[in-house]
Amino acid sequence: MLQRDPWLLPEGVEEVLPEDARHLEVLRRQLLDVFECWGYEKVIPPFIDYLDSLLTGSAHDLNLQTFKLTDQLSGEVLGIRADMTPQVARIDAHSLSHQQPSRLCYVGTTLHTRGGALDKTRIPMQIGAELFGHAGIDSDAEIVQLMLEVLAVAGVKNVHLDLGHVAIYRGLVAQAKLTEEQELELFDILQRKSNSELSSWLDRYAIPEELQAIFLSLPKLNGDQSILATAQTVFTSADVTVKAALAELIKLADLMHAYYPELTISFDLAELRGYYYHTGVVFSAFVPEMGKEIARGGRYDNIGQIFGRARPATGFSADLKILAALTKVDKSTEDIVKILAPMAQGDLALDEKVRDLRAKGRIVIKALSGQQVSAQELGCKQILEKNDGNWVLVTLN
Amino acid sequence: MLTIAVSKGRIYDEALPLLAEANIIPIDDPKTSRKLILRTNHPDVQLVIIRATDVPTFVEYGAADLGIAGKDVLIEHDSDNLYEPLDLNIACCKLMTAARKEAPEITGRVRVATKYVKTAERYFASKGIQAEIIKLYGAMELAPIVGLADCIVDVVDTGNTLRANGLEPRELIMNISSRLVVNKASMKMKHQVIQPLLDQFEKTL
Repeated sequence: MLQRDPWLLPEGVEEVLPEDARHLEVLRRQLLDVFECWGYEKVIPPFIDYLDSLLTGSAHDLNLQTFKLTDQLSGEVLGIRADMTPQVARIDAHSLSHQQPSRLCYVGTTLHTRGGALDKTRIPMQIGAELFGHAGIDSDAEIVQLMLEVLAVAGVKNVHLDLGHVAIYRGLVAQAKLTEEQELELFDILQRKSNSELSSWLDRYAIPEELQAIFLSLPKLNGDQSILATAQTVFTSADVTVKAALAELIKLADLMHAYYPELTISFDLAELRGYYYHTGVVFSAFVPEMGKEIARGGRYDNIGQIFGRARPATGFSADLKILAALTKVDKSTEDIVKILAPMAQGDLALDEKVRDLRAKGRIVIKALSGQQVSAQELGCKQILEKNDGNWVLVTLN
Repeated sequence: MLTIAVSKGRIYDEALPLLAEANIIPIDDPKTSRKLILRTNHPDVQLVIIRATDVPTFVEYGAADLGIAGKDVLIEHDSDNLYEPLDLNIACCKLMTAARKEAPEITGRVRVATKYVKTAERYFASKGIQAEIIKLYGAMELAPIVGLADCIVDVVDTGNTLRANGLEPRELIMNISSRLVVNKASMKMKHQVIQPLLDQFEKTL
């Protein structure tokens, strides 16, 4: 076997170097400020947690995505969070347990056993916000707007919003009284929008005729706003819950069009991302540079039930590292003027000057004795020099 | 710009008439040109010519918006990050098991040579058979003859290669045809270009 180089990192694990780390941190602070201005309070859930708490209300694939270890104190299985949302839901349900809506936000590294399909990272930095305690269009709209605001502040360009509603599919499945196995098959077909497989699936089972037409139309009900009108005609014989879901989506669409006339919005009534978890409106943001969504969210009512309190909930999250990569600025355009201070141990005037500059937010680097590097090599454009007994700033050419 | 990923050979040849119906006609010919990107009669539509197994990867990442790939390749690629709206009914063949003519029925653990590792594993598991899969990249037919494997899993068209090597087709795993695949983000962001194309293909089929 080949000896592994000691500097090598595990697959899907990366380190962030100074330039990128600075950008990432600036972005993190900016986005947390946005959350704060919107009234979202920051919470810091633990990095490690009981496995069953981490997997609350989620799909099977989150279990596969979670690293596990045994707690030597309790013998219980612990997991390293692969998603922070269930932890935040617990905070709302158990630790806060007040009646008014909770607005919470979070940022932190999560760990995935397997890299994502497109971004191969196993350590995304999840940032997101959740709104608990309100069911309805107001909270859905607020979260979508907050996501768009976050992307705008981050400087992400050409954002495209996609809206869907999982209650449409869920209602149709209930109306057709599908067995669990049938539903799994249909789910798989619709995720791939495979029209041909859908027709042969419908041939195999005795689905009521009026529902056949609806199911058959599902993979095609995506595109611009016109498909919402088409859906209203197609769904005439659908269950009232399906119609209500569509009506809700139309209402949200109208709101978003009014608030963001320039934004391109698409709709997908068979969008089943996070189907096992979501209960209502789902949405995601796309940009031309990426083959998958860069931020996603939706309604997931009652996830807190297991923690003692079922509450309506909606929220969104994104990978901060992806947002940082999309908004990376050219180093040369950034204008940070660093200052080099000479080494003069015991010079109180210099010490005071340096403290003064740092208090003003300037970057001051102290030369170390015996060091043979120029100010330029240290990235400093200014130096401190003694002039007539006073320490003054001199700009280098 | 709309990029369509197609593999060279049979799929490309059989896809050409379909593309022509949608008024997409390549200017370059992959048989004479060594270009990997083919221009078409539309300045904003291009074809990329890649290996069949790479088509789902290109489309999944959004390096190509659309692609044409065999169902065998898609099943083996095993991703739900692609839309697969149309069965183009071209490049049809069968995914089968095959073994030596005189070979007895397989019982117990079986050694299978194939390039379809995941598909073969799933197929034998569904039959309740424990299979040991040997990944090969080509000349599958050789494996049973030289004693490398008990049987193979491969796509069969006419069955001539099998017969020429003293093998016979055994069980049908599935019928294969080429599918049109679409990148999920492109489907949403380039809907105005892609949907008419899908409609046109569907009309032709």
